[in-house]
Amino acid sequence: MKRVKRRYLALQVDSDGVPSQKELMDAIWNAVAKLYGEVGASQTSLSLIEYYAEKKVAVIRTAHATVNLVRASLASITAVAGKETAVHVLGVSGTIKALRKKFL
Amino acid sequence: MRKIFADLHLRLNVKDQAATSRMITKAASLGYRLIAVPLPPEISENEIAQLKAVCSGVKIDFASRVDLRPKTPNELLRALRRLRRKFEVICVNCENKQVARQAAKDRRVDLLNFSSLDFRKRFFDNAEAELASSSLAALEIDVRPLLVLEGASRIRLLSNLRREVAVAREFHVPIVISSGVSEEKLLRKPREMAALAFLFGLDEPTALKAVVEEPAAIVKRNREKLSPRFVAEGIRVIKEGKDS
Repeated sequence: MKRVKRRYLALQVDSDGVPSQKELMDAIWNAVAKLYGEVGASQTSLSLIEYYAEKKVAVIRTAHATVNLVRASLASITAVAGKETAVHVLGVSGTIKALRKKFL
Repeated sequence: MRKIFADLHLRLNVKDQAATSRMITKAASLGYRLIAVPLPPEISENEIAQLKAVCSGVKIDFASRVDLRPKTPNELLRALRRLRRKFEVICVNCENKQVARQAAKDRRVDLLNFSSLDFRKRFFDNAEAELASSSLAALEIDVRPLLVLEGASRIRLLSNLRREVAVAREFHVPIVISSGVSEEKLLRKPREMAALAFLFGLDEPTALKAVVEEPAAIVKRNREKLSPRFVAEGIRVIKEGKDS
């Protein structure tokens, strides 16, 4: 079977409050599902790798083929847990090690 | 060369200095190096200078912009005659087809903007694109409606944008992606705006061009034209002297 290529995204959550990791992931899944539907969302293989609540920085993983789709969905997020929020992408990398080195 | 990320449609309430300064600082922190703010036509040079000073404080280039919303082509022509030499960017919000056609063929118009809510008022079709391609007008797409609309209205907007982008590319009409936002939390990084353009069928290089090269080219061209040394396209005064 062909190996699935992955991409890691470092995110900065710009919000007045501090969302929990569940609230953040719910908002991301909702945004992807709203734009691409449940089938599209299922192809992204999204998962939260790390979340630093105090810095409001998160690392998520997605399939390489769906990076653009996830980036568009992240940009479309306007609220997390009812609070006005923007999720900015700090950087994208092929390995967590490189992501940490460059963006965290 | 460093990319100059631009947002030509940052909607600020210039009377509220604190909010204006906050938005400009935020834009700078997100990586923008050039912004344009729609200003009222009767704004004084002093107020424009104040805005420029705020922008230069955070190392951002400021371009003055005016949004015209004429009801007839004649009204548009009058406004262009009056305002072209005062503002660096002129955008026409096309409320009807006659105005849209006149704006597309007039070389003094920089940006064509269409209503995001009323889809019958989106007049960017083949005829409009053909006129725009022979003048200098670019199609401006605001990302704000993509963020605030939901459900059926966002679906219709995306479908219209996909069609318009295809038409613009076929006729080589430049596309400019702007934010169109007035709230801090709706501001997105330039690359995020490009990512949103992916939703209506723009590939990454074209989307980046729409937030980097096209807006910068419009401002550069107009600054050159507004300079006192400008004579005609490609001709400028280099040195002045007296007959001996």
